[in-house]
Amino acid sequence: MAIAFKSPTTSFFQLKKNNPETHSFLRFSTQRFATPARRFTPMSAISTVPTVGLSETFTRLKKQGKVAFIPYITAGDPDLSTTAEALKVLDSCGSDIIELGVPYSDPLADGPVIQAAATRSLARGTNYNAIISMLKEVIPQLSSPIALFSYYNPILKRGVEQFMSAIKDVGVHGLVVPDVPLEETEILRREASKHGIELVLLTTPTTPTERMKAIVEAAEGFVYLVSSIGVTGARASVSDRVPTLLQDIKAATTKPVAVGFGISKPEHVKQVVGWGADGVIVGSAMVKLLNEAKSPEEGLKELEVFTKSLKAALE
Amino acid sequence: MAISTNHVASLSKPCISSFTTLKVLSKPNNYFHPGQSEFKRSSISCNVTSEASTLTINAKGNDFKTLQRPNSVGRFGKFGGKYVPETLIPALTELEAAFHVIAVDQDFQKELEGILKDYVGRESPLYFAERLTEHYRRPNGEGPHIYLKREDLNHTGSHKINNAIGQVLLAKRLGKKRIIAETGAGQHGVATATVCARFGLECIVYMGAQDMERQALNVFRMKLLGAEVRGVHAGTATLKDATSEAIRDWVTNVDSTHYILGSVAGPHPYPMMVREFHAIIGKETRRQALEKWGGKPDVLVACVGGGSNAMGLFHEFVDDFDVRLIGVEAAGHGLDSNKHAATLTKGEVGVLHGAMSFLLQDDDGQIIEPHSISAGLDYPGVGPEHSFLKERGRAEYHSATDDEALEAFKRVSRLEGIIPALETSHALAYLEKLCPSLPDKTKVVVSCSGRGDKDVHTAIKYLQV
Repeated sequence: MAIAFKSPTTSFFQLKKNNPETHSFLRFSTQRFATPARRFTPMSAISTVPTVGLSETFTRLKKQGKVAFIPYITAGDPDLSTTAEALKVLDSCGSDIIELGVPYSDPLADGPVIQAAATRSLARGTNYNAIISMLKEVIPQLSSPIALFSYYNPILKRGVEQFMSAIKDVGVHGLVVPDVPLEETEILRREASKHGIELVLLTTPTTPTERMKAIVEAAEGFVYLVSSIGVTGARASVSDRVPTLLQDIKAATTKPVAVGFGISKPEHVKQVVGWGADGVIVGSAMVKLLNEAKSPEEGLKELEVFTKSLKAALE
Repeated sequence: MAISTNHVASLSKPCISSFTTLKVLSKPNNYFHPGQSEFKRSSISCNVTSEASTLTINAKGNDFKTLQRPNSVGRFGKFGGKYVPETLIPALTELEAAFHVIAVDQDFQKELEGILKDYVGRESPLYFAERLTEHYRRPNGEGPHIYLKREDLNHTGSHKINNAIGQVLLAKRLGKKRIIAETGAGQHGVATATVCARFGLECIVYMGAQDMERQALNVFRMKLLGAEVRGVHAGTATLKDATSEAIRDWVTNVDSTHYILGSVAGPHPYPMMVREFHAIIGKETRRQALEKWGGKPDVLVACVGGGSNAMGLFHEFVDDFDVRLIGVEAAGHGLDSNKHAATLTKGEVGVLHGAMSFLLQDDDGQIIEPHSISAGLDYPGVGPEHSFLKERGRAEYHSATDDEALEAFKRVSRLEGIIPALETSHALAYLEKLCPSLPDKTKVVVSCSGRGDKDVHTAIKYLQV
């Protein structure tokens, strides 16, 4: 039966329902990434400096009096080879940390833009192994550390230990798991610690102070302050609760705090910096840009321009 | 050959509300302590013998009765929990605290009782299905006695209203003006729209775009009742996506909004709360069984999607090890096809919509779109307590295919003049496999969770009548 999908259609988007072999989509071998429809010219020189982790990055930036710029993109949207190139673009345009989203079928914390990106990516056949392969090739070429953004079920499916070990092996430094609240993080924290992965924890405007303190105590890499009550997605303005929330967190910890959700313009970035954040995270705006471009190459160019404009706002 | 009827006509006494169990215990942490059977019976106004039962579950069951279900962090063994974005945690904490308060609040209980009686039409009958019983009678004259617990006779036509009423009263207590819900078949959506109309609250129901097509009449009903129905086109556009979208709405509007989750799934405290609101099904059944045949049911059978009607019937009897608990899931096109919703049979443990439970997923940990002819069973997860009961061997879970369900749909219509919901038809279908092996006069109670009027336009495509 026909389904009307509201997300913008691209040539990469396929209706899962119409394909009875849907499940085979998700069993693509690791080769899938290696043979994309188009090849893109690699950007900039390969970095020979080994990447440092998230906390160290913040320490270095703080010494320089700088605020971290942290973009987010969804892996595999429009496809993994574009993602690989996008990571390089983001890196060369001055991102300090890059968040890479692992697409998931039921992303509870994401708004329509990132939801649609995940659906497109999954329909294209993106899977965990392919992402890992891609990262194995690309991370050595980057100078900024990567933090993965993944929901819990795919991690559990692999086995928490296996997951941590595999991502560590390819050079990932950090992890954000948005559907695991503090009380359920024990296993994640243990395995992350064992494997040298920094587990970033989130605090939100609804989090009571005592709970926030416990969260920041346990967080590694940085503290992710969710700027508003809601899911990911650009908003007209950044919530005016952020300054107070930032203050409260900074009273409780010296760990760096990055603000995310809803930030999409240079003006927003400036504001958040002005309020004292140590880092600024921009997600949906990046994802939207890549999706709305006429072609992946156009998308990468626009990504470069956009990234530079946001980065400029940090100066 | 008529069966000697050793049951008496049921007296239509209003049954005590679901929370009498809880009232006896004073400390919140002990509310759901299942161990002491005397607690459970003390407020029921009839004589109940609590026989020591032979352990019919496996050796792990030695600690079964002492395990809190759920424990203070919302776990049933390893299942359950609260796997939701941090933004929702305070709301869940507030909800749990409010629930504990109303459980001992006499005024709340009275109000709930009154509405269940006068508005919903409780208590629902425990009906002796004479011709179904005859159908299962063996040539030598022996066979089980089949009873139907008539949740289909409730206002709105299914068990869903029990939970909707309880939760809307709770939401009012919390001062919430806006109610959201997810729905698959539309029954929970209709129940929610119904209670919102009754209590004057804003109602938004999320429904998968695909489901909206196959249950168009329920969509109309919800709108007629004043609800806004929002189609969800993300993902597979079915129940799981509607649930995800409802959770997102709640994350965004948590201060003003109460989320009436429709089944015993989701993050703690929902599995427990929804079970408690439905527990009246089992409580009435115990009393009615005693009246009718002076004993307990021997076997309970219920269909399982998320698992709310099953938990409602089972909960009262979980510590009675001589009562066999059977859940029936949807096998769709067959367990070996990839078109079914038999989570407990073919699924693996994972995290979905806030709870750790069995679920249907692929090799990558992506949630699979299930299939069932009945939208209400078409959920790739299952309530964590069912996962627990299965793991402990306390309950058995089987399944019935679309075809078997359709046959049962027709069979029960013909034999009893009751058109069951397609969801319910799965439980009724399982009787075909179950009954031949049951000893003579075994008392079987099937949860007749809903009526099938909503399903005739689906059935019409498949059945020759």
